[in-house]
Amino acid sequence: MRPCRVETAREAADVCRHIERAGEQTLIARGNGRAYGDAALNERLTLSMLGLDRLQRFDPNTGMLSCEAGVLLADVIATFLPRGWFPPVVPGTKFVTVGGMVAADVHGKNHHCDGTFGNHVESLLIATGDGRVRRCSRAEDPELFHATQGGMGLTGVILSVTFRLLPVASAFLESETVATRDLGQAMALFEAAEGANAWPFNVAWMDCVGAGSRRGRCVYSQGRFAAVDALPPARRRTPLAASPAAPLPMAWGAVSPFLRQGPMRAFNRLYYALSARSSRRSHRRNAAKHAGHTHFNPFFFPLDRLRSWNLAYGTKGFVQHQCVLPHAASRAGIEALLKEMDRAGQGAFLAVLKLFGAGNNAPMSFPMRGYTLALDLPMRRETPALLEALDAVVEAHGGRVYLAKDAHTTPRRLRQGYPGLDRFGDIRARVGSDAKFASALSRRLGL
Amino acid sequence: MTRTTPGSGTALVLGATSDIGRAIARALAQAGWQLQLAARDSERLQREAADIGTRSAAPVQTLVFDALAPAADADWLATLAPLPDLAVCVIGLLGDQQQSERDAEAAARVMRSSYEAPALLLGALAARFAERGSGVLVGVSSVAGERGRASNYVYGSAKAGFTAYLSGLRARLATTGVHVVTVKPGFVRTRMTEGMALPRALTATPEAVGKAVERAVRKRQDVVFVLPIWRLIMLAIRHLPERLFKRVRL
Repeated sequence: MRPCRVETAREAADVCRHIERAGEQTLIARGNGRAYGDAALNERLTLSMLGLDRLQRFDPNTGMLSCEAGVLLADVIATFLPRGWFPPVVPGTKFVTVGGMVAADVHGKNHHCDGTFGNHVESLLIATGDGRVRRCSRAEDPELFHATQGGMGLTGVILSVTFRLLPVASAFLESETVATRDLGQAMALFEAAEGANAWPFNVAWMDCVGAGSRRGRCVYSQGRFAAVDALPPARRRTPLAASPAAPLPMAWGAVSPFLRQGPMRAFNRLYYALSARSSRRSHRRNAAKHAGHTHFNPFFFPLDRLRSWNLAYGTKGFVQHQCVLPHAASRAGIEALLKEMDRAGQGAFLAVLKLFGAGNNAPMSFPMRGYTLALDLPMRRETPALLEALDAVVEAHGGRVYLAKDAHTTPRRLRQGYPGLDRFGDIRARVGSDAKFASALSRRLGL
Repeated sequence: MTRTTPGSGTALVLGATSDIGRAIARALAQAGWQLQLAARDSERLQREAADIGTRSAAPVQTLVFDALAPAADADWLATLAPLPDLAVCVIGLLGDQQQSERDAEAAARVMRSSYEAPALLLGALAARFAERGSGVLVGVSSVAGERGRASNYVYGSAKAGFTAYLSGLRARLATTGVHVVTVKPGFVRTRMTEGMALPRALTATPEAVGKAVERAVRKRQDVVFVLPIWRLIMLAIRHLPERLFKRVRL
């Protein structure tokens, strides 16, 4: 692919001007560039939205916030957490734009309780391909509203987002961690948590590098925002104090050679052993619950501690593969995915497992009820073949892949995974966005 | 002599929709100042006011005005309620040096925007501040005013005038309780410098300028360079013998 021409929009009028000037050509909007694949690349025109970074309105009675699409999630948190508000859904990094969160319909550790980010969006302002700026919501043009959530920027350029923040008592989370023997035990913990809202956040890290019985064992953790009186006394006076430690500068050039099978296996073994030890200890003290307090940063955004962690794998980079499998097929599917990684002799340094709740109305939204598995894979010569094998497993089990992570799937598999694809296409055509907005991803997938 | 308590008063930012003006306004709001934002374009001004008001959960006043409109200085300043405790002027126009060389009207626009309007505005405010016996005035001037260079002397001469005006104003008001700050940002990554190849080590962000202004007000500094290296660079440039200076491409 040739280098992209990147322009930065400074205000909504710039976006409209670029759409008009594009004529027969196409463009795509870009948030903070953290999608793993080719979603925000268009060599003719990639329009950076980082200049649209103004907050617009906040209602402290309802928690409703309106902001321009290029506002960073980190900015929202830094501004509103000290006032007792937190975004309803956050992905694994806070260095994403609010517009990007809508376009990918991001999910977080609370999907089983609260759904995706889109579920909390009230309305959107979108510049569509026909040159108009449209406001949409569940009441006003709901089709465009839903198609834009998870629509990867292909329905138009999101200019402004109105969504609800949730009140929180502190910047800390109570959390507990359980090291499980195997996959089955981790799944049982997810199933048990599903009905109860006691722990709205849960996720499991899975050992995908260990050999034999070690493969598939998990470190399951769950959390909830801590009430003030649940905090240690020293923290009760300033429970909302955001104390963001400066990101650690990392010399990734020196680190990336070590992200190989051997050291990765050692790291995974160590992480599991440490978690197992601390969960055994808390059991002995009969205190498996309330095992600790964690600041929201390491709880939600562990990798953000390391500056430019996205460069960790060196110049060749890495890819992510994230799929969701229907609930009934999840167990068999995940085991099949593990088997494929085994066969390829390639583990994933990071493998994250979670049980999603029900999906939403958005035709291109990724989550549906069932297990999702996200794998970080260093990019090597044999990686495309592995991705192909993983995609085949996903297809065979009736699952689908997450477009914000995808760099490999095919038009046929996309259609199989997303039954709302035609509806999505119709809505894009209605607002004149089908011929106007395109990305390397949309071309690859025939969108 | 009454002193302005940092962050407890009202601050007026003239030219609040520029990148530097916006960053200064944000830094002041964060330090607790109540804001009055003034600029020419009403829509852009509303956008900044909403942003800052939403961030600080404090009301922000907006004033639409054109610094180059005739007699702009006196009339609308009288309507300021309250009269601010701090006024920061970020108004200026770089223009295009070559166009300014050919076209006297273009040159006059640069001179009026970068010297006449800012000086008269701060002068009019100074009179009101002096009458009250308190207040801080901040003029955002430029290192370009340190010595006329071939590449930007129209702008540079206007900024030289503004710097000299601020220096004189500061001296005149030194015994009145009104303080005057001169800010020389050096290169800043903004709309004004978009597309220019700026050396990274010498280029500040608008946010750094905002923080420097807030600190200068708090500490009642006189002359502020945002990046300290510029003080040295300009010292060297000022002391180059003219015979040499005129041959150096700067």
